[in-house]
Amino acid sequence: MTGSPYAPHTAAETDAMLDAVGVDSEDELFDIPEAVTFDGSLGFDSKSEARLRREIEATLARNDDLVEFLGRGHYDHYVPSLVSDLSRRSEFLTSYTQYQPEITQGFLQVLFEYQSFLVELTGLPVANCSMYDAATALGEAARLAGRVRETSGSTVLVPDHLHEGKAGVLDNYVAGADLTVERYPMDDGAVDVEAVERAVGDDTVMLYAESPTLRGVIEPSLARLGAVADDHDALFCLGTDIVALALLEEPAAVGADVVVGAADALGLPTSYGMGLGLFATRESFLRQVPGRLVGASEDAAGTRAFTLTLQTREQHIRKERATSNICTNQAWVALRTAMHVASLGADGMVDLAERCVTNARDLAERLDEVVGVQAPVYDRHHFREFVVHTDQPAEAVASDIEADGFAVHTVGEHRLQVCVTETNERHADALVAAFEEAV
Amino acid sequence: MRYDQARYSTDGVYEPLLSEKDETAVEVDSELPDDLTRDSVTLPSLSEPELARHYTRLSQMNYGVETGPYPLGSCTMKYNPSFTEDVAALPSGGVHPDRSPESVQGTLAVLHGLQEFLAEIGGMDAVTLQPPAGAAGEFTGILVAKAYHEANGDERSEVIVPASAHGTNFASAAMAGYEVVELPSGDDGRVDLDALAAAVGDETAALMLTNPNTLGLFERDIVEIAETVHDAGGLLYYDGANLNALLGRARPGDMGFDIMHYNVHKTFATPHGGGGPGAGPVGVVSDLAEYLPRPQVRESDGGYELFDPERSIGKVHGYAGNWLVLLKAYAYIARLGDAGLRDASAKAVLNANYLASRIDLDVPYGPFHHEFAATAGDRDAAELAKGMLDHGVHPPTTKWPELVPEAMLTEPTEVENRSSLDDLAAAFNSVVTADEETLADAPTRTAAGRIDQVGAARNPRLSWHALDGDDADDTA
Repeated sequence: MTGSPYAPHTAAETDAMLDAVGVDSEDELFDIPEAVTFDGSLGFDSKSEARLRREIEATLARNDDLVEFLGRGHYDHYVPSLVSDLSRRSEFLTSYTQYQPEITQGFLQVLFEYQSFLVELTGLPVANCSMYDAATALGEAARLAGRVRETSGSTVLVPDHLHEGKAGVLDNYVAGADLTVERYPMDDGAVDVEAVERAVGDDTVMLYAESPTLRGVIEPSLARLGAVADDHDALFCLGTDIVALALLEEPAAVGADVVVGAADALGLPTSYGMGLGLFATRESFLRQVPGRLVGASEDAAGTRAFTLTLQTREQHIRKERATSNICTNQAWVALRTAMHVASLGADGMVDLAERCVTNARDLAERLDEVVGVQAPVYDRHHFREFVVHTDQPAEAVASDIEADGFAVHTVGEHRLQVCVTETNERHADALVAAFEEAV
Repeated sequence: MRYDQARYSTDGVYEPLLSEKDETAVEVDSELPDDLTRDSVTLPSLSEPELARHYTRLSQMNYGVETGPYPLGSCTMKYNPSFTEDVAALPSGGVHPDRSPESVQGTLAVLHGLQEFLAEIGGMDAVTLQPPAGAAGEFTGILVAKAYHEANGDERSEVIVPASAHGTNFASAAMAGYEVVELPSGDDGRVDLDALAAAVGDETAALMLTNPNTLGLFERDIVEIAETVHDAGGLLYYDGANLNALLGRARPGDMGFDIMHYNVHKTFATPHGGGGPGAGPVGVVSDLAEYLPRPQVRESDGGYELFDPERSIGKVHGYAGNWLVLLKAYAYIARLGDAGLRDASAKAVLNANYLASRIDLDVPYGPFHHEFAATAGDRDAAELAKGMLDHGVHPPTTKWPELVPEAMLTEPTEVENRSSLDDLAAAFNSVVTADEETLADAPTRTAAGRIDQVGAARNPRLSWHALDGDDADDTA
């Protein structure tokens, strides 16, 4: 192969086109000064599909075949074939942002339906049609809080149990907005509300809490936290995920001003952390929302149609005064998530969420019976995952368990974390056996 | 070519919303205490065949690269090979991001391989794959610049951005806390060295530049530009949106750029997915490698390991970025190799020049590379675009960059052949001669007719919950 397999020109065509342009060769078309012309070789060969596919399969086969009991913000739920199949229709997959709405109605409608699902699940009236992931959604929420709070406030309060990825991203997102992040303590895996009451002050722009937490705990004090935030005119931001939303108290009902979190739990297979951030908020912050919004309108015939809207918030119009720099986002992942929610339907969503509670409870009870293991560490209600105490050093236990073919998190010297969903529950017996052997 | 997009319609709506087909309220009856759970959830509950038809119809009411030409300037809408989709769907591609590095050697091998590919293509020394989109790459790059200056005890407050740059450049620099200094373009559409000299100073942290720029023009004075910025102690940032014009022919690193991002969803043909996911890896020269996000992948004893660069800026994504997109980019680059990449640029540039020579609109400035900004003159570029929608082609980017009045920024990419470009030119030439009334009625062959975008913004209805009561309005 001497050319791109995806450039369809025949040699005769190329010659005719060069003639039409009035040059003798393609090289003549490049207006690059000699001083910066690259005349070396990049040093990589072209390969046939067949050969390259074999190579990539062999490379990826170097991954160990482990059953993952992993979570901490990134979850493996079974993705229905309908999602995998129809999301790959090329009209969806290979389209661009819907800057010409008349010819991209299909995608716009799916995104409108995605927003609608989030509005139903959060109880908040405005949801955007994607952030990169839960961490960047949290960062955007903090920046929004900094803009809408007109006091001299500058502090964002977050739980001690915050995923390191989220914490790292949040630091970078708030630094340029002159905000600072402070941590409040947790008590038995849930928020220490008294400590939060002491920590909140007039300089607090946002109070952030999660349910389920990083430890898989369903937070019991959300309504109180919402009230604390409200008393200090701080935004109450709730972090959660799209499956939990089907079961847990509606964020709007506990006073959430912004809801962020992961929507990729539905729609994406475990993809080494590739995500989809959800973002929903109150109507009063509509013009401060980051990212894209799809709205209903009508066309020349008066028929309902959809379009990107309120684009004056966005970087291509507002430049440095935009609400966010986000341009390319996770639209196709949102499409997959919407398809997954639709596939489950109302019953399926609630059932799946309930299974996240019962699976975690059942597995924790079984692990608790293993000598040298206590689970769950926190005497709370859990969602999908929980912390396990091991009398033996946790790292050694995790390593033994991995040798038996299972991956779990190490979260402390004597603490592991285990996450169970419908995709790995059938391996629960074997996991318990591996624990018995390891401790 | 005449184009008729599929259109489904029932009583004042096109394909009905899922909520209009069914809404089922389910009571939540959990073992959890009542105060932890919601009372009910109302969602559509449709059968799989109904959903399959819904999404198939909606897909038919959407236009993609595999539907026809998509010459959106600065967006590089290439054909997305089926091959890379198949590779990304391999079951072994899916692993949890918290797996131990020892257990995901295959994933790390691909990531490392892509880092190496990108470093070579860009003439950079180190690459991070973490940023999940081009704008996230810009933000990352500017954070790296900031960390570098701060480590040198040299806090600077400004980032210079040419007026014609992508809006993301301005927004990303502002997001990192910088004042944005807008640099006017010179008479030839390129950076004016005098204006640059006047803008650069002790407060300059970086200049963000696209090359070829957003008019498709190569910044021929790039060596002088780099010198000016470096002499003032600033860094030079390369916006990779237009890298498709240069593959294997010029490298940002060789031009004096210190930091760059790659839009793998543009240059390396991963699908745009209707607006993402993309990926925006960032490359840097060796002096800046220690500031890259953590963790990074490197080789060790015949395998791969993760490490945190010494002065890392931290994280710009919760995990490792958009892995599936990165995997597709890796497969694409490995498939094409050196010769294929060079040819892709050659054909992209040839196609742009050929198309420009075939359309009945002025193309100011030049010579241009992979894209050109034609001017609609006294016509409204956005109106011409609406007219083009009926011709089986997606219109170009309109009214941007502002340097060209009523711009139609056109980038055919390498994936169109001569007859396809001739069709595209015919679509242009047809709308150029169309009268204004005809254009005002366009489009007529797309799924929906001209959409009231002003109304959508004035009366935001952002979910089906906000549509309740619409029926009453319609009959009033």
